[in-house]
Amino acid sequence: MKKYAKTHEWVKVDGKIATVGITNFAQDKLGDVVYVDLPQVGKEVKKGTAFMSIESVKAASDIYAPVSGKVVQVNTKLNDQPELVNKDPEGEGWLVKIEMVNQAELNDLLDEEAYKKLCEEEG
Amino acid sequence: MHPYIPHTDEEIKQMLHTIGVQHLDDLYKDVPVTIKDLRIPEGLDEFTVVSLLKSLADKNKVIEKSKIFMGAGIYAHYIPQVVKALASRPEFVTAYTPYQAEVSQGTLQALFEYQTMICELTGMEVANSSMYDGASALAEAILMAHRINGKHKILMSKAVHPEYVQTSHTYASAQKLSFKQIPLDNFGRTDLQILKESIDENTCAVVIQYPNFFGVIEDLKAIKENIKDAVFIVVVEPFALSVLESPATFGADIVVGDGQPLGIPMNYGGPTVGFLATLEKHVRKMPGRLIGETKDIEGNTGYVMILQTREQHIRREKATSNICTNHALMAVTNAIFMSTMGPDGLREVAKRSYSNAHYLADRMKEKGFNLLFDGPFFNEFAVRFTRDYDSKWRKIFERGVLGPLPLGWYFEEYRDCGLACATEVNTKQSIDEFVELLGCDEL
Repeated sequence: MKKYAKTHEWVKVDGKIATVGITNFAQDKLGDVVYVDLPQVGKEVKKGTAFMSIESVKAASDIYAPVSGKVVQVNTKLNDQPELVNKDPEGEGWLVKIEMVNQAELNDLLDEEAYKKLCEEEG
Repeated sequence: MHPYIPHTDEEIKQMLHTIGVQHLDDLYKDVPVTIKDLRIPEGLDEFTVVSLLKSLADKNKVIEKSKIFMGAGIYAHYIPQVVKALASRPEFVTAYTPYQAEVSQGTLQALFEYQTMICELTGMEVANSSMYDGASALAEAILMAHRINGKHKILMSKAVHPEYVQTSHTYASAQKLSFKQIPLDNFGRTDLQILKESIDENTCAVVIQYPNFFGVIEDLKAIKENIKDAVFIVVVEPFALSVLESPATFGADIVVGDGQPLGIPMNYGGPTVGFLATLEKHVRKMPGRLIGETKDIEGNTGYVMILQTREQHIRREKATSNICTNHALMAVTNAIFMSTMGPDGLREVAKRSYSNAHYLADRMKEKGFNLLFDGPFFNEFAVRFTRDYDSKWRKIFERGVLGPLPLGWYFEEYRDCGLACATEVNTKQSIDEFVELLGCDEL
């Protein structure tokens, strides 16, 4: 089950663990990703606040935590292959895994259909 | 109407009215009252101004380069005429930041060459396109080390330039960093045993100067072996690097220094330029401007400012540093000087400096003065005089000689000592005369 934040992050939930990445729409808007500034494992993150950033040839963009919790794993592949975020944003280009502290936060996120609508509005 | 200010009183009134204020002074409401009344006298004609400035300049005591025996961060070197001739070209002198690469290729390429030469000199992988001076470069390196590992304890050798230490403390004061000074051993090197014992899991960085403030060449290899994974910051003097093994060989993470010896006049201590070089893996933690070489769509080589996301004009609150400003003109001067001298020229100057300094030391020892430390040195060494060396230094100065730096200015325990220096500009004659002067009873 995938859920989406209005700030264009996706979340895939497996028990307490939420895998987080950015959507295809977001990577397309960013342009070629040249660097992913991953957080430290163990970092506490709070829903809705910036916890890492992605640099593209155009700009540096903050990534907002879609859920609160602790970073338990980061995608170290991105250190050498940041372009995975462009190539496969919702698969191999995942960013972090967060151990959630409040599952109820997932209810605030959009489902696939609602997110699609949001992208159409934003163009 | 004043010739240089094209606004009439009427126009000024209109402009003020448009933005909704009454008086020009209203625009300076935020300026602290202390500096409101500048008490600037009435303007003078050019002829009078020139005379006035000349009379002020006449108060300066100009010392011949060959009679300068003081270094301590600012060094007397010969600067080939071509350096000033090229560095003062209007294209370089412009203060404009090369944001628009398409109209700044010359400046960008000159800075790129500067970075390349700094890398060659230090043995490091990447250098930024300059900082204010050596002291600010060190302070920034310390903040950078904190960004690298997030730790808080800085171990600073006692033999790091005291003013660099002060500047570092100022920069770090808002960052909750703590400093511990590591004392010296009998050779004038950083005490390895105490350094080793001071390393713990909170150690962020170790700062060593090479050659150190007292002129002694530190054993970087032994230091590196004892500091675990702390960030290793080395403060260097550029000429020494052309004859000493580079800090990169010993595993330095960040190398900083002042570029003044490389073609910049002593200028009463400034402006100079700071260099900062590091390893590729730390590049995103690096402060300051970075110039890169790339290709345009037609395959032509072009130069641009790169990795600007680290800089404050892109993301102010997340910038690695607020030192966006570099000393571009001074960095270009360094580049012109280095390319004029070439590696062999730099080495030649370094060797002559070494020979002159060692000749000076030998002559002083013959006169009965003892060196403070026994460690090997490059172009500077600490020497013991008498209890009131400061007054002796002043008397020497009155004779038109800039004597060794009175170490009492910085270290109470070394009040009887001076830090002597010689470079390629000192001659055998000037050294001999100076040593005779030191032996004078009336000094």
